Amino acid sequence: MFEIVSKRTLAPRVVEMKVKAPRVAESARPGQFVIVRTDPKGERIPLTICDYDADEGTVTIVTQEVGYSSGKINSLETDDCFADFAGPLGCPSDLLELTPEQLKAKKILFVAGGVGTAPVYPQVKWLKEQGVEADVIIGAKTKDMFTYVDEMKRVGRVHLCTDDGSEGYHGMVTGLMEKLINEDGRQFDHCVIIGPMIMMKFAALTTKKYNIPTVVSLNALMVDGTGMCGACRVTVDGETRFTCVEGPEFDGHKVDFDEAMRRQNMYRDNKKTHPETQNCKCNG
Amino acid sequence: MANKIPRVPVREQDPTRRATNFEEVCYGYNADEAALEASRCLNCRVARCVAKCPVNVNIPGFIHAVAEGDLATAAAIIAADSTLPSVCGRVCPQESQCEGNCVLGIKGEPVAIGKLERYVGDWAIEHADETPVEVPERNGKRVAVVGSGPAGLACASDLAKAGYEVKIFEALHEVGGVLVYGIPEFRLPKERIVAREVEALKRLGVEIETDVVIGRTLTIDDLLDREGYDAVFIGSGAGLPRFMGIEGENLNGVFSANEFLTRANLMHAYDESYDTPIYAGRKVVVVGGGNVAMDAVRTAKRLGAESVIVYRRSEAELPARVEEVHHAKQEGIEFRMLTNPVRVLGDERGWVRGVECVEMELGEPDESGRRSPVVKEGSNFEIDCDVVIMALGTSPNPLIKHTTKGLDTTRRGCIVADENGVTSRPGVFAGGDAVTGAATVILAMGAGRKAAAAIDTYLNKKDDATNV
Repeated sequence: MFEIVSKRTLAPRVVEMKVKAPRVAESARPGQFVIVRTDPKGERIPLTICDYDADEGTVTIVTQEVGYSSGKINSLETDDCFADFAGPLGCPSDLLELTPEQLKAKKILFVAGGVGTAPVYPQVKWLKEQGVEADVIIGAKTKDMFTYVDEMKRVGRVHLCTDDGSEGYHGMVTGLMEKLINEDGRQFDHCVIIGPMIMMKFAALTTKKYNIPTVVSLNALMVDGTGMCGACRVTVDGETRFTCVEGPEFDGHKVDFDEAMRRQNMYRDNKKTHPETQNCKCNG
Repeated sequence: MANKIPRVPVREQDPTRRATNFEEVCYGYNADEAALEASRCLNCRVARCVAKCPVNVNIPGFIHAVAEGDLATAAAIIAADSTLPSVCGRVCPQESQCEGNCVLGIKGEPVAIGKLERYVGDWAIEHADETPVEVPERNGKRVAVVGSGPAGLACASDLAKAGYEVKIFEALHEVGGVLVYGIPEFRLPKERIVAREVEALKRLGVEIETDVVIGRTLTIDDLLDREGYDAVFIGSGAGLPRFMGIEGENLNGVFSANEFLTRANLMHAYDESYDTPIYAGRKVVVVGGGNVAMDAVRTAKRLGAESVIVYRRSEAELPARVEEVHHAKQEGIEFRMLTNPVRVLGDERGWVRGVECVEMELGEPDESGRRSPVVKEGSNFEIDCDVVIMALGTSPNPLIKHTTKGLDTTRRGCIVADENGVTSRPGVFAGGDAVTGAATVILAMGAGRKAAAAIDTYLNKKDDATNV
């Protein structure tokens, strides 16, 4: 059993939980995810790791309630326990393979949409620890939906945008990306995009226009998350890849997003309709 | 005149009824039936059945004890060679092993060795509380076992009995590996059989920690260095499901058998009170001819779908257990032999609407000795369906390979280990599907036991070396 040591609401229906999971906390790296199960009858739900503290033995997750199982997760309170909390799963971010010199030479842009902001945070924080300050675009429908902005400001250069103009740049993340590059004359040579599939698709099209190598973190359907079921398969550069063991990060210019979005909706009409299985990672 | 008695039929759930539920198909023998069937055994001096058993169970010995009504002795005889009789009695391919070599089978029907083994195994489980467990004195050495499938359970059991402190690390939330995620309830009851076998292991003092993915949560080196284990056994099982590489395989409604069965078995998706969904559609085509294909197609049938097996060779080459094929047919599964998919067809929404197949014919024998199927040119035709399940085997999981330095693997990614489970890394042993690729429960169990013996030898030698 994995105890919830703290819980706070970040935005409507968006909850952050710090969970006691010493083994996961010890091994976690930016870019990885966990599989959680609330109770013995629950689904196995993949959630991106948003922060971890090996000394405290805790791992932080952020979940947006979009259906039954994510609602079940968010209804847990401090001192309640997850039945299961397995991880860290997936490969750590590619950035971790670079030397500090290589990192310092890079001009990195993160693009976070919706609750994708929380999983971007450990990567930006890790870069800060390496002495690298990255740019981070955070987009939301409206300012009330922003999450992790204060945390992010402590570790990176934050640029906000909202669809309704209630805060920051008025428009989508793609518009703000264009503005930074064209109007502000900013140059980037690496981009990491995490958010809803549709946003990642269009943000990746934007970086392709400017030839910026781009990584996206896919929130595919999963059952076991360890390479056994193949539910998470995606087409990247014409080849079938398994998100859980080969991902979750892939070359954003080579992912077949239309197929990935269609596959996410596989269980939408199932009689056990749990829409969060389409957006099951917290960046959904 | 023992051999004049016909093979005692085993009672089974009615096919039309069982095709709508997940309860066990076979009821097994009762005491009278078991004793009568056991009396058919000729107790051959040179027992051909034993030679064909992958772990060489003393079959005539235990059957003789069943005939005498001495089930405790029968259980003890099996236990000398096999750890999981109630499981193996249910899932071993007896027709190509023990029963396939039974003398009685030459002119008539072989002794129902599998059913008798199951009877003894179940008896042992039911009477486990009556026999006091001797927890051996600990020898102070610790062994980590990776994976709680047949290989890991067998290895852990032998090591615990030999005095080792053993801990099993399981990646999933349930213990049992393929016995819980792969083999369906209707073939192997989880609570009544698998959970009880696991309980027996715990009574021996074996610790089990779930939700630990070796290669991610901890590495093999972490187990040896940080966690202080003296040796590690890797029984992590098969792994990534294979697909055909044909057009349309990523359409919605195409699943690996692993996914379909994991949803049904591990996640209990067929039970309304569990949260995990499963989609069986109106008509399911399962591609493949092994036990996993049979399990998938029969699960689909139980979920209410019209269910078809498509296999590229002929019925004689079906690798599945004969009993499973027989049961599947009784349950109304359609078998389309000498048929191979070339393309999965999708509708405008990206969902499966059918599968395009070609007819095959058998040509020259291939390296496996089986006649290889050859496409009949121009024989393309469509089968209308809304779900396609690929049951084509698995390739090894890359997690441990990628995170363990100095652990040799084959070109296909299987861990290299000798017949005793010794790998290229001192102190690291391996067995089961992780070494052989997808095989049987009994082979995995046998490998786990051999590795346990090798670990014991290795750690004793290491002790001697340090004591010099």
